[in-house]
Amino acid sequence: MKEYQGKGLVHSTESFGSVDGPGVRFIVFMQGCPMRCQFCHNPDTWKMEERGNASWRTPQELLQTALRYRPYWGKDGGITVSGGEPLLQLDFLLEFFRMAKTQGIHTALDTSGQPFTEKEPFFSKFRELMQYTDLVLLDIKHIDDEAHRKLTGHSNENILWLASWLSSLEKPVWIRHVLVPGRTDDDGALRRLHQFLSTLHNVKRVEVLPYHTMGVYKWEELGLVCPLESEGICPPTKDRIENARRILAL
Amino acid sequence: MTMHKEQWNGFQGRLWKEEVNIRDFIQNNYTPYEGDASFLAGPTEATDALWGELQKLQKEERAKGGVLDMDTEIVSTLTSHKAGYISEEMKDLEKVVGLQTDKPLKRAFMPFGGIKMAEEACTTYGYTPNPELHKIFTEYHTTHNQGVFDAYTPEMKRARHNKIITGLPDTYGRGRIVGDYRRVALYGIDLLIEMKQHDLDNCGYGSMRDKVIRQREELAMQIRALRQMKEMAAIYGFDISEPAKDAREAVQWLYFGYLAAVKTQNGAAMSVGRISTFLDIYIKRDMDAGILTESEAQELIDHMTMKFRMVKFARIPSYNQLFSGDPVWATLEVAGLGQDGRSMVTKTDFRFLHTLENMGPSPEPNLTVLYSERLPENFRNYASYISIETSSIQYENDDVMRPVWGDDYSICCCVSATQTGKEMQFFGARANLAKCLLYAINGGIDEKSGQQVGPEYRPVTSEYLDYEEVMQRYDKMMDWLAGLYVNTLNLIQYMHDKYYYESALMALIDTDVRRTFATGIAGFSHVVDSLSAIKYAKVKTIRNEKGIVVDFETEGDFPKYGNDDDRADDIAVWLLQTFMTKLKKHHTYRESEPTTSILTITSNVVYGKATGSLPDGRKAGAPLAPGANPSYGAEQNGLLASLNSVAKLPYEWALDGISNTQTISPDALGHSEEERMTNLVRIMDGYFHQGAHHLNVNVFGTDKLIDAMEHPEKEEYANFTIRVSGYAVKFIDLTREQQLDVIARTCHDRM
Repeated sequence: MKEYQGKGLVHSTESFGSVDGPGVRFIVFMQGCPMRCQFCHNPDTWKMEERGNASWRTPQELLQTALRYRPYWGKDGGITVSGGEPLLQLDFLLEFFRMAKTQGIHTALDTSGQPFTEKEPFFSKFRELMQYTDLVLLDIKHIDDEAHRKLTGHSNENILWLASWLSSLEKPVWIRHVLVPGRTDDDGALRRLHQFLSTLHNVKRVEVLPYHTMGVYKWEELGLVCPLESEGICPPTKDRIENARRILAL
Repeated sequence: MTMHKEQWNGFQGRLWKEEVNIRDFIQNNYTPYEGDASFLAGPTEATDALWGELQKLQKEERAKGGVLDMDTEIVSTLTSHKAGYISEEMKDLEKVVGLQTDKPLKRAFMPFGGIKMAEEACTTYGYTPNPELHKIFTEYHTTHNQGVFDAYTPEMKRARHNKIITGLPDTYGRGRIVGDYRRVALYGIDLLIEMKQHDLDNCGYGSMRDKVIRQREELAMQIRALRQMKEMAAIYGFDISEPAKDAREAVQWLYFGYLAAVKTQNGAAMSVGRISTFLDIYIKRDMDAGILTESEAQELIDHMTMKFRMVKFARIPSYNQLFSGDPVWATLEVAGLGQDGRSMVTKTDFRFLHTLENMGPSPEPNLTVLYSERLPENFRNYASYISIETSSIQYENDDVMRPVWGDDYSICCCVSATQTGKEMQFFGARANLAKCLLYAINGGIDEKSGQQVGPEYRPVTSEYLDYEEVMQRYDKMMDWLAGLYVNTLNLIQYMHDKYYYESALMALIDTDVRRTFATGIAGFSHVVDSLSAIKYAKVKTIRNEKGIVVDFETEGDFPKYGNDDDRADDIAVWLLQTFMTKLKKHHTYRESEPTTSILTITSNVVYGKATGSLPDGRKAGAPLAPGANPSYGAEQNGLLASLNSVAKLPYEWALDGISNTQTISPDALGHSEEERMTNLVRIMDGYFHQGAHHLNVNVFGTDKLIDAMEHPEKEEYANFTIRVSGYAVKFIDLTREQQLDVIARTCHDRM
């Protein structure tokens, strides 16, 4: 984890987010991610370094910017921190959400869950973060550990554990599953995922996000090869999306 | 003295019975509606049949290159044509009757604005106007166009030719006057004549000065027009001498008032005005009396709307390049709040929006929601839903307009407000401030033609532009431009009053009319970004062999308008206030009040063609950004950052309007239909809460535009409507150049 020095490395912000949490939201994309998902549409956020327009910003600055959009939020909108993986900059995030809550802003954390551990000092900080977080958008990339490793380069064990832990905390979550043909749309796996989700008590919504190719150009810009692209994998068909939604519905 | 009419039974209030006062009538009689859209009725069989027939005609019109039929013999007047119907066989189905000519979509011959244009419009589409008409309008009668060109100074002609002032209404009707057509329904023509006669009797006792003589002549012309309106209605078998007695008559009477306007004027904008709350009073009275059903009420509104969809004018190709897609700006407003805080949304406001469902999307009438976050939530949701489905609605901020114009204003063009029946506007097109910046750099020499158009001030001679120096020169050049611009308009408006007076429209407006003088700004965002580039980056000039700066190389980054960055946005506010201040210094025709706008229409393409490269990186000939929109590709922080920038422009300094067009991909607006609907409402709430003026909302992705451009023949694109600055068009009616321009504009699709 990056040493916290009062600033966070922010990849970019988006003034109008409407699909990452409820209502109209200000989205912060944090720089840096431990996952190497084959379907990633933001590979430019992977490395924890100043690149492109990424810049170090204080929580205060960021909140000031976010507040300019408050008139659009209504009663359900707010701020979502996404990435990259925001939990890599936990101290910054903690400060940012703590400040946002003093302003009464709805906060959502969009995470892969990968950095989650019950080791200290992470765990205590994370537990505190949850006090300032209204909603967790938790990605479950694959229910099968082996497949998950292949797809992302990491085990899913701690991610599933996080899901259960959040359930015991009764923290509202939206579970998100990116649907990639031939990778994550197998009916058996989807059923197992459904089974797992059925054991949780805090899932407010399950979202199936169809894989899209709009991020492929970023791989190319970075001189990387998008494995899905090179294998010619296309976005899922309407039928497959419907199928996944049906299976995962709680 | 209080008047009494049996047609007014059941109506409350006193003032409107003592004088012409539609606002008082509305405020005393309307019933706000807070419920949802579930009461609405679908199209009747008659509506389906007539709309089906009209669509066939529209298809035929497109197949014939854009014009179905033209008149080449008769000069259009109120009584020039016999009755016309959508279809002779089905004429009994039409609940609202009246066409501009004797046949549907047949364009009238209207030479008073200019005979050359009227003739060219005919010959362009393969029609030959009667030579006798040419003789009449050159030898015996002066047209508006002739008058203007007789009086133009050489300097004005040069400025016009080089397009630093541009889109001037010197070859066509100025439009932008909204007759209070509701008066025909509430009072009937006879009472209106009586009142105008009273005004004439009391005009100018004892002193025949220019002003008085002109007023007396204009009143006489208005009274004549009112009499002719009665004749026009009689051709269709109606007597409109008396007030309308029920909803059907109210709709018909009102429409006759509007028909009188479009039979006599081919103005750039021929707005309908704010009629929904007014008509709802009649509809509700009939429904309460049990003589009208919901289905019949919707049918009346559908049929009236169908007529507004049919209004056409004969235009020349250069006009179409300026205002593409054959627009009329039959702008019609719904919603808004009253001064007492009550919502003015009635069931009929829903019914007008519902026409877009019953008869599909359409560019006309230019449906405009007078928006406030205090409008009933059900209505805001329904408008948002219709926007997402049809992209055919625009929104204007009632909360900034009401303090200025009261609660009975109409939109007289695409976005400009005017007090209904109390006011008229002198439309004045645009001054190209981007070109003016280049003149400041080049000492008044036009960067395209090389002509000395502006005054021969000292040019910038350094290789790199210095902010202070450029600002100083720009200030001086804007002084010159503001003066020339206002004077050119003074001359145009004088001639329009003299040779193409809008007697039928002015007959439905108070005699003591307030006049506004509407100027406009083109190239707004490019000036802002260019000045920002000069201030925050390094701008190197590239000169041609004559030493004229024709291009720029900009090194380094600079803040751009459209990112909620005060460094750029402050320049935007400065530019607006500075130019407006300069305009105000000059005398404006007939004691009119000067206003300005930032609302170029599709004309941004034509204006751009005539404008050289700019320091912001825009290349010579590329389209200017439309209206107050940020420049292409300048928006880096998403939709709301862009909206925040535009919202900073103070409406009080641009009372003629600040237009903004945004296209949002449906996927970026939300996952489900309901999310999309409420998110769009939130966008509007937030934007207008900050004092912004106007928003055009398109909801579709770029892929759909590209497909429509490549496959215009597909059935699904026949009525595919998109909003561009201040109005709506059928996408397939745009030129390819304009289609590409629309596609190039930022589509907010980040997910």
